[in-house]
Amino acid sequence: MWRFLIRRIVFGVVVLWLVATTVFLLFFAGPADNVARRLAGPRAPIEVVEQIKDTLGLDRPLFTQYLGFLGDLLRGDLGTSFISQTPVSTLILQSLPGTLWLVFGAAVLWMLMGVGGGVLSATKPRSLRDRTLTVLVLAGISLPTFVLGILMIYLALSVFPGTGLQPGPYISPFIDVGAFLSTMVMPWICLAVVQAAVYVRLTRGSMLDTMGEDYIRTARAKGVPERSVTYRHGLRAALTPVITQFGVDVGTLLGGVVVTESVFGLQGIGQLMIRSVRDGDLPVIIGAAILAAAFIVLANILVDVAYSFLDPRVRLA
Amino acid sequence: MSLLEVSGLRVTFATPDGDLQAVRGVSFEVEAGQTLGVVGESGSGKSVSVQALLGLVPGARVEGSALFDGEQLIGMPAERLRRIRGARIGMVFQDPLSSLHPMYSVGRQIAEAVLVHRKVSKDQAWSVARERLEQVGIPAVRVRDYPHQFSGGMRQRVMIAMAMALDPELIIADEPTTALDATVRAQILELLGRLGCALIIITHDLGVIADMADEVMVMYAGKPVEKAGRRDLFRDPRHPYTRGLLNSLPHGKERLQPITGRPPSLLSPPSGCSFHPRCPVRIPRCPIEEPPMLGPDDHPDACWLEVGR
Repeated sequence: MWRFLIRRIVFGVVVLWLVATTVFLLFFAGPADNVARRLAGPRAPIEVVEQIKDTLGLDRPLFTQYLGFLGDLLRGDLGTSFISQTPVSTLILQSLPGTLWLVFGAAVLWMLMGVGGGVLSATKPRSLRDRTLTVLVLAGISLPTFVLGILMIYLALSVFPGTGLQPGPYISPFIDVGAFLSTMVMPWICLAVVQAAVYVRLTRGSMLDTMGEDYIRTARAKGVPERSVTYRHGLRAALTPVITQFGVDVGTLLGGVVVTESVFGLQGIGQLMIRSVRDGDLPVIIGAAILAAAFIVLANILVDVAYSFLDPRVRLA
Repeated sequence: MSLLEVSGLRVTFATPDGDLQAVRGVSFEVEAGQTLGVVGESGSGKSVSVQALLGLVPGARVEGSALFDGEQLIGMPAERLRRIRGARIGMVFQDPLSSLHPMYSVGRQIAEAVLVHRKVSKDQAWSVARERLEQVGIPAVRVRDYPHQFSGGMRQRVMIAMAMALDPELIIADEPTTALDATVRAQILELLGRLGCALIIITHDLGVIADMADEVMVMYAGKPVEKAGRRDLFRDPRHPYTRGLLNSLPHGKERLQPITGRPPSLLSPPSGCSFHPRCPVRIPRCPIEEPPMLGPDDHPDACWLEVGR
């Protein structure tokens, strides 16, 4: 188990190193003047280009720059934004809580809805209940996030203004819980609904497979009540692919929930990314890309750990 | 009164191609402490007929009568049937690896059988699990091991330990040795023979029948074709199908004589006697009229040749 975990961590570090190297080469390979011009943007005055060349040391050999880049990265120094002149790490730390809260809140919701719906669908296949859920799932999958988000904002502001729900930037729950909830509930639901649809389908399929297994018949043969057969025997085994998908999704979303954050004006990583791409703020783009990669690597390691808890065959192999 | 009295059992599945009659009128009795062997080829309805009694065949329409200790099992409310399953009737299945839950330890799976039927503490249930494992020849220290850590024979022992956890009056063993090595087979049969409760062994292996059964029922295409005590069946097989089965076993230097043809489709079984297309001794009556069980009460068979005997 520990050897397995260490192997996964080493592998994860290698992936991150490859990502960092790719990003570095993408932006810094080439003649110093071209690189500085690219970083500064086409309309920047020549002084700015010279200044960038100077501060980033673009005149040095590429390998020296690379070592410096990796060294900075290891110290957590992601450079300074061209636009706001703030350290990239500060910008990321400011934007991260919004995204974290959004993703984890929505994750709880979509797991409840998705897994619950999947089980309901699978325990009575082809029933009215199953078919209704299938239609809802199709609607959820086909509905673009921004349409759902705008619809929700419209409903909250014009049709049901009494709810107090409104779009707006992230407010820490440790400062004002009420304001936190009134801005977060809509994004949570919006992101969760779209995600839940996928999970209903996934759970349904996986449950249908498991419920046909011989060990389910064994459980019934020994007189286990149907509820326990469904949840303790069926769902327990059906959860494995769901957990994999969950890890991948949470990892990806933590790197920035671009559409949902934008629709609701939530100041998260997704918005930071959009802004920096629009402004050509390369240090921020690089930082956000490496952060996103780090989340995906981390999520995958956590999924592997979760596996070993869920399945003794992984743990004891 | 017998422990289990089944009469006129029919099991039907609705399929897109019409009704599939997996079991078409099966009757048998099992006495307390006795072993009934049910033999037949794949698709003869032997597994379905017993699993259907316990409500373990989803989507099946089950008709007929099955009295277990005087209680009607067919149509019994699900909750009452559940209380009988595992507590009074235990089951052992063919493939012990797929029949055990891969994510729970064997001890937990045995203890669960105890916990769903008895008001006992977890510790007590686990100690029953240890005791039962010892009884089937598995050291109690392995109680926390998982199915994949056992060999095939050991897993089947675990299944037996689970089936006997609550001292049921009847154990149904559905092809208990089919998935096992020949060497392990004898050990498992020996273990089943020691249980002491009534036993239904479903198998396609006449060797198992010869080792274990007191009474034998031979099934073909969803119906019994011959019933007899074990000795009578092997000494004096009456139905042409039973003879065919025995002839396809090796004895001495004679050439094996397989039964020609294939088992019939249960969606549209042959007219008359369903064995007639493959029968070497058929008479004109066979394809027209279906033979009932004929002959002496202790050794009836469903063949028109009985009439002339």
